[in-house]
Amino acid sequence: MKKQRISVSRRDFLIHSSAVGTGFSLGLFLPVASRPAFAVEGATVQTSTASEVNAWVEILTDDTVVIRIARSEMGQGTLTGLAQLVAEELECDWSKVTTEYPTPGENLARDKVWRSFSTGGSQGIRGSHDYVRKGGAVARHMLIQAAAEKWDVPMAECSVANSVITHVPSGRTSTYGQVASLAAELFPPEHIELKKPKDWKLIGKSVKRLDTEDKLNGKQVFGADLQLPGMLNATIKACPIFGGRLKSFDDDKVKKMPGVRRVVAVEDNAVAVVADTWWQAKMALDKLPITWDEGPNAKMSSASIEQMLDEGLTSSDKVFVGNQKGDVNRALKAAVKKVEATYHYPFQNHATMEPMNATARWTKDKCEVWCPTQNAQAALKATAEASGLPINQCDVYKIHLGGGFGRRGAFHDFVTQAVAIAKKLPGTPVKLLWTREEDMAHGHYHPITKCKLVGGLDDRGNLSGLHVRISGQSILASIRPKWTEKNGADMVTFQGFRVEGDHAISYSIPNLRVDHAMRNPAVPPGFWRGVNINQNAIYMECFIDELAHAAAKDPLEFRQQLMTKHPKNLAVLNAVAEKAGWGKAVEKGVHRGLSVTKTFGSYVAACAEVSVNEKGKLKIHRIVAATDPGYAVNPQQIEAQVEGSFVFGLSALLYGECTIKDGAVEQSNFHNYPSMLMEDMPRVDVIVMPSGGFWGGIGEPTIAVAAPAVLNAVFAATGKRIRQFPLKNIDLRAG
Amino acid sequence: MTKLKINGKQIDIDVDDSTPLLWVLREQLGLTGTKYSCGIGVCGSCTVHINDEAVRSCIVPVSSLNATQDIVTIEGLSADNNHPLQQAWKQLDVPQCGYCQPGMIMSAAALLTKNSSPSDADIDASVTNICRCGTFNRVRRGIHLAAQMSVRINKNNKRGGA
Repeated sequence: MKKQRISVSRRDFLIHSSAVGTGFSLGLFLPVASRPAFAVEGATVQTSTASEVNAWVEILTDDTVVIRIARSEMGQGTLTGLAQLVAEELECDWSKVTTEYPTPGENLARDKVWRSFSTGGSQGIRGSHDYVRKGGAVARHMLIQAAAEKWDVPMAECSVANSVITHVPSGRTSTYGQVASLAAELFPPEHIELKKPKDWKLIGKSVKRLDTEDKLNGKQVFGADLQLPGMLNATIKACPIFGGRLKSFDDDKVKKMPGVRRVVAVEDNAVAVVADTWWQAKMALDKLPITWDEGPNAKMSSASIEQMLDEGLTSSDKVFVGNQKGDVNRALKAAVKKVEATYHYPFQNHATMEPMNATARWTKDKCEVWCPTQNAQAALKATAEASGLPINQCDVYKIHLGGGFGRRGAFHDFVTQAVAIAKKLPGTPVKLLWTREEDMAHGHYHPITKCKLVGGLDDRGNLSGLHVRISGQSILASIRPKWTEKNGADMVTFQGFRVEGDHAISYSIPNLRVDHAMRNPAVPPGFWRGVNINQNAIYMECFIDELAHAAAKDPLEFRQQLMTKHPKNLAVLNAVAEKAGWGKAVEKGVHRGLSVTKTFGSYVAACAEVSVNEKGKLKIHRIVAATDPGYAVNPQQIEAQVEGSFVFGLSALLYGECTIKDGAVEQSNFHNYPSMLMEDMPRVDVIVMPSGGFWGGIGEPTIAVAAPAVLNAVFAATGKRIRQFPLKNIDLRAG
Repeated sequence: MTKLKINGKQIDIDVDDSTPLLWVLREQLGLTGTKYSCGIGVCGSCTVHINDEAVRSCIVPVSSLNATQDIVTIEGLSADNNHPLQQAWKQLDVPQCGYCQPGMIMSAAALLTKNSSPSDADIDASVTNICRCGTFNRVRRGIHLAAQMSVRINKNNKRGGA
């Protein structure tokens, strides 16, 4: 059956999005992987006609397959993985696949056909695998149907492989490109079956990423690189004290500096300079006299925050329970041996390599924003709010991200600012790019917590009771109060300690209580790659190690005994222990440590091998890591994410700390907020062991096991239990 | 007016003397492959070559340069993305977000110019760029692979010439 007509809005969309109409729109839509037919700089000639088979699949007459990707690519490989999922069902020629981002404005106009654009919580693949595969399968069905109708043969007589449809009895063939325009006129099938995992050919294959080429020669355009005709450049300074406001500034001092166009107040707490070039804007902003109203937090310090957290460690005020089983008080009283420890995890900055930025153009009828974002829908909402225009008169064009790590998902402060600035220069595009210093001063930081753990061992050295008291910041209470429970509890605080689900505890402990004394200092928290599992896994996995030693048991066996009802958690733990050679001899001076957790729906474990020399210098020699994500879409990209997770997790452990003085963050740049370098990087042996039947996340889970595995190995090497971080502040010499 | 030689071309630049080379490249010449990240010479995202040395362009004022120096940016590293490092990077799928990669590749290229077969310790000492995605192990493998490729290319060239 044929569709009667394609709606006008859909036609508009086709012209709009196929990125071939004008050189300008080519620049604006910036397909992530270059499309061969349009790769010529400034191309305005259309060499091939595009047909949208459905929202996910567009096919060109030259057989190029354009797969639409709603989630953001920020290095994690989701773009390639999602394309694999669609292409698996589409049965297309993978070598002809390229990708394109639809805009959130188009998504609204088309009744949210692409669903969620949000790219966080390791959700890119696991949150959309079903409907994107269905998108590919439906398109395949329509293409075969188009060929069958053209040949006037039953669909059932047709087979398909590699973008070629064959009418089996006659041997006639057609490529997808030859029937795509006919397929685009058809109604989609009402029901479609997805392939069984055993029949997958592309899912599970380590194909190369689709977005590498331009990253090797400088052609890849990131948000910070965007150039638009007539564009001006801006940089901004907000009150460095949290909660402070802009009182005044003296623009007479900078107005005549070269290139300076405008000095503007932005919202109630910031001032920006707009100039011909960014460097001119920065020079002027550096010289601009600014007076701040310091607000209520000017006396806040790391010490005052720690006091808040210390009070929470023993308080019964504003305490929420995350997991409770048995009677922990009785178990601890009856314990033959009690172990107690308090850990402390600091604020940390996301520190994406590309500082925050957005480019905006405002007129009274339309507001457009170009920006790197993990959530284009949220960026669109921020654009509409800041512009004062209805949302359907706004749109956001997603530009490649120079890192996200959670900073560019829940927060679009940089978009709000860019629109506020652009609004003062109607019709002129303005690119706002933060300095690194601004980025360090105005993060949405990894939350700060302390954790007191009390464990009880019975007469056989078994863990009979455990009380975990987390004291500190709630992310949800600060930024998503609607997501908290009815009683105000923030269940995200309990990642890795939950009763069940994606973040369930890995152990069966007969008497258990995990609770959270919510203490919220005025430093804004945010989702920081891994979120709360980063510190929770340190608390749990280092303390389990402490308990094993107190019980005079091997840390592997001690864990195994508690994991009999957690077979998948146990499997990844056993896998790293076996591959690392746990219990077997190791090079002299090298010591091992273990950790395991379940988080973001995946099971992960690590075994670290470290040495600490007589001067206290730590060397991490090797880490063996195992991941069971259920299904592994692209194993070599999972390996890349696992390796990268150690860089993120170990950078945090070794160096990551933001301290507070006089209400502001003390660290200002990479010289005092260091990150791991090549010389710190251990060999990583990755075991990808998908057990099937579920879809777990990849981008975040492994971060959680990085630090505790190393810390437990440091204990084995030195006898020292490190309970506050980062390690750069700690003397690691043995004894 | 400052005269510079960038990617083999003589170029006249008219900017304030204190402007760093990074911003001349990005804002005057449109060579945005060289990235801004820290602005204080720590992270290496802005690495370019000046007379084959890896230099952090964000802390080099344009007034300190002259037209006798050969400045090469990532855009001028190879004619067709075919420098051994670029080939090795493709083969190993090295980049993640990619923002630090031009600087990483330029640091590695300067190392290979001086040392055609670097050890792991040589790489640690010379490639001190920050990568927050965590590509270090693939970067290391990529440098070793590129070194092997260069050896093969040189051998073939010699054979061809003989």
